[in-house]
Amino acid sequence: MPTTEGWWPLVFGRLSYDALPFYSGIATAAASLVVVGAITVAALLTWLGRWGWLWREWLTSLDHKKIGIMYVVIAMVMLARAVVEGSLMRAQQAIAFDNPGYLEPEHFAQLFSTHGSIMIFFMAMPFLTGIINFALPMQIGAREVSFPLLNSISLWLTAGGAGLMMVSLVIGKFSTGGWSGYPPYTDATFNPGVGPDYWIFAVTLGSLASTMTGINVAVTIYKKRCGGMNPFRMPLFCWTALCTSVLMIFAMPPLTVATGLLALDRYLGMHFFTNDGGGNMMNFANLFWLFGHPEVYILILPAFGVYSQVISNFSSKILYGYDSLIVATMCIAVLSFTVWVHHFFTMGQSADLNAMFGVATMTIGIPTGVKIFDWILTMAWGRVRFTVPMLYALAFMVLFVIGGLTGILLANPAVDFQVHNSVFLVAHFHNMLIPGLLYGMIAAYTYWFPKAFGFRLDEWWGRVAFGCWVAGFCLAFLPLYPLGLMGMPRRTQEFFEPDYLPFTIVAGVGALFLLAALASLVVQLVISIRRREELAVPGGDPWNGRTLEWGIPCPAPEYNFAVLPIVDARDAFHAAKEDGTAYPAHRIYSDIEVPKNSMTGVVFGISLAAAAFGLVWWMWWLAIVGVLAAIGAIVARSFVLDTMRIIPADEVRRQDQAWLTLVRRLPATDRETETTSANRGLAEAAAV
Amino acid sequence: MSVLTPHRHPGLNLGHTDPETHREAEETLFGFWVFLMSDLVLFALLFATYASMLGATDGGPGPRDVFEVSSAALETGVLLLSSLTMGMASIAMKYKEPPHRLYGWLAATLVLGLVFLGLEARDFIKMASEGATPQRSGWLSAFYALVSTHGLHVAAGCVWLALSIVQLAVFGLRSEVKLRIMRLALFWHLLDVVWIFIFSVVYLGGLA
Repeated sequence: MPTTEGWWPLVFGRLSYDALPFYSGIATAAASLVVVGAITVAALLTWLGRWGWLWREWLTSLDHKKIGIMYVVIAMVMLARAVVEGSLMRAQQAIAFDNPGYLEPEHFAQLFSTHGSIMIFFMAMPFLTGIINFALPMQIGAREVSFPLLNSISLWLTAGGAGLMMVSLVIGKFSTGGWSGYPPYTDATFNPGVGPDYWIFAVTLGSLASTMTGINVAVTIYKKRCGGMNPFRMPLFCWTALCTSVLMIFAMPPLTVATGLLALDRYLGMHFFTNDGGGNMMNFANLFWLFGHPEVYILILPAFGVYSQVISNFSSKILYGYDSLIVATMCIAVLSFTVWVHHFFTMGQSADLNAMFGVATMTIGIPTGVKIFDWILTMAWGRVRFTVPMLYALAFMVLFVIGGLTGILLANPAVDFQVHNSVFLVAHFHNMLIPGLLYGMIAAYTYWFPKAFGFRLDEWWGRVAFGCWVAGFCLAFLPLYPLGLMGMPRRTQEFFEPDYLPFTIVAGVGALFLLAALASLVVQLVISIRRREELAVPGGDPWNGRTLEWGIPCPAPEYNFAVLPIVDARDAFHAAKEDGTAYPAHRIYSDIEVPKNSMTGVVFGISLAAAAFGLVWWMWWLAIVGVLAAIGAIVARSFVLDTMRIIPADEVRRQDQAWLTLVRRLPATDRETETTSANRGLAEAAAV
Repeated sequence: MSVLTPHRHPGLNLGHTDPETHREAEETLFGFWVFLMSDLVLFALLFATYASMLGATDGGPGPRDVFEVSSAALETGVLLLSSLTMGMASIAMKYKEPPHRLYGWLAATLVLGLVFLGLEARDFIKMASEGATPQRSGWLSAFYALVSTHGLHVAAGCVWLALSIVQLAVFGLRSEVKLRIMRLALFWHLLDVVWIFIFSVVYLGGLA
């Protein structure tokens, strides 16, 4: 097998037949699943003749709603993989008492590394970015984001990173250094293989994408609000999106620097984080968590925004303490930069420094507490409807408080010394991220799905999924608190302490519920698509919504608003319904400019992903070609000046008037029947 | 009609001379400023890494052994001069001076940018030949990472300058082209600011 001499290394670098995953049955099965899945999708598209449609309608689209939906698709695919990986680890630990189980230590280490990296960078980030992309422009009364092409580039960089993660399952072994990629586990001496390189480049692509998304979203909020939409009339989701995007702008560069310098260590033999040559691993820990802690709030703030919308909407009340929620969000965003050291209290700083960061960390509990009270008071004396998004919000409030309290425990350096690196920590951050982020994103998916596709998601299967997510989380992670206090270290592939076993078995059962939850989401989607006629809500307002996006058709037209709204109140659509001015008949329509499709983003993202693959495998020609192709795509695009397409006023008028006529004929729904097929998307309060 | 459009942004404003492009500039330039902020965070972290590795010479050469103030000063002069020519290009564009002036100033900026890169490459080669390679120590790794990240930005700026000259020739002074030159100017001046810090912190600080 010619792998080190002749033409082979020039073409294939260090890639050889050994890179295929035949070293383990599970790895082979997983890789086959990816390959078969990809082939099936490709075959299906060919059979249905939908490649052209996919390319024109989706992949090259610059419509913020479609880009948002594609982000969510990426997130859901990656969620499926990472939940399965998590379940494999839970299953291993459920049988691992005095027993090597079915996973080799190295394979187990790969699993917790991919699970964490995917969940953070390729599930959570694309999910929240997708939801922001989809909902935010409509909420502020805009037709587009500020930089539609940049948006597509961000999407395709994210897709490239996610693709690289998938490729790593088939070709080569992933890093064993965890999602945080600490050297020396990831330096060239300890791990000269391709794993850390996969991690570096997948994460870097995601990081660059998020930086650009942050810029795009922040500028959109500053510059694209409709008439009368002053900042203090924006829905709260927009405020949380603003804070998240500002955090992205400032907190993603540290990650890019950390992965970049680690790459220099590995590729060019430099000494940033090495044990010798004057390197200092602590610089990596500081750089990484300078990103990593704001990242936690990048993840959670949009979910807070979603909960604020959902709780207000399904309590039929204006959000309580709107201003205090904004201040609290801002405080959290600022404080998030002052606490990073709490991720490594045990790594040698002075007690005084630890104390300072401990106090700063506990301080974050205050604005978060304010939010919880605001949400409770929003529900108080309201008519709470227990729809699926609201159920998630309720479960979130209970479970998140528990997670928050364990966070306050961990913020105390003295306690942290006792439980650090134990499964107590694993329980804590899953407690924040599953009920916090994941429930919020699924609530958002359920809430805004009709706006994207024109029909509601099936309510019953939504409840089944909800039940499984909650039961699954509680069973899989709450036992890890006592287990951590008993001293079980995290990332343990085998243990010899019989007292751990009952807890790990319960956690294993929890993992089964989480798999069931995932399956329920799939079933829900399939059933909803089959019943789409029955679930259709063409009127556009299935939930008696309060914000601007509910005053336009479901699915939303490409240009969002036939005539740009002018608002004079918070919860503008609700106010319009009260005044009887919702669904206005416009006299004057104008031509609307929308961005033309562009393949620049696709070419850019795929070229850089190919370049990253080349770097991972030392195929230098591919790295050079990929980078040049990416630059070429941007240069070529700069010569295209005709980037906008006009939708003529007459066409807008025709569509808008057809919809208004339809709305007038629809039966109005009261809130008791909003989850039945009587719901056609016109709320009783606004019957015209 | 108001004399000034209400929205002004730091940097060159076209309010008086080209109101239409000025209006379009609002969103694009604001976005670019935000990008520059993010880029500055990247440099800030490279500076912080450099500062934390000042002592990490691992028995190898230190700042006094490898830096030459004359060469760094020359580079500083060339880069500052290029900022002046870039500024002159912006003014030529704003006041619609004859096109050859805009071409001339942009070309001068490009030449100065390339000279700067050449001088920097000469420094690096000389240092490496004395054994001060990036692999030698943590301090040298941090030095090369910081200074060549700046150099990479200048190189990107040079490509952008060349592209701007081509686009001027192809499209003339359309507002799209103007907006790109306005952003290029901001980018170029920022690189100057970063270099001032490199010169002060790395070179002067190292030799002090």
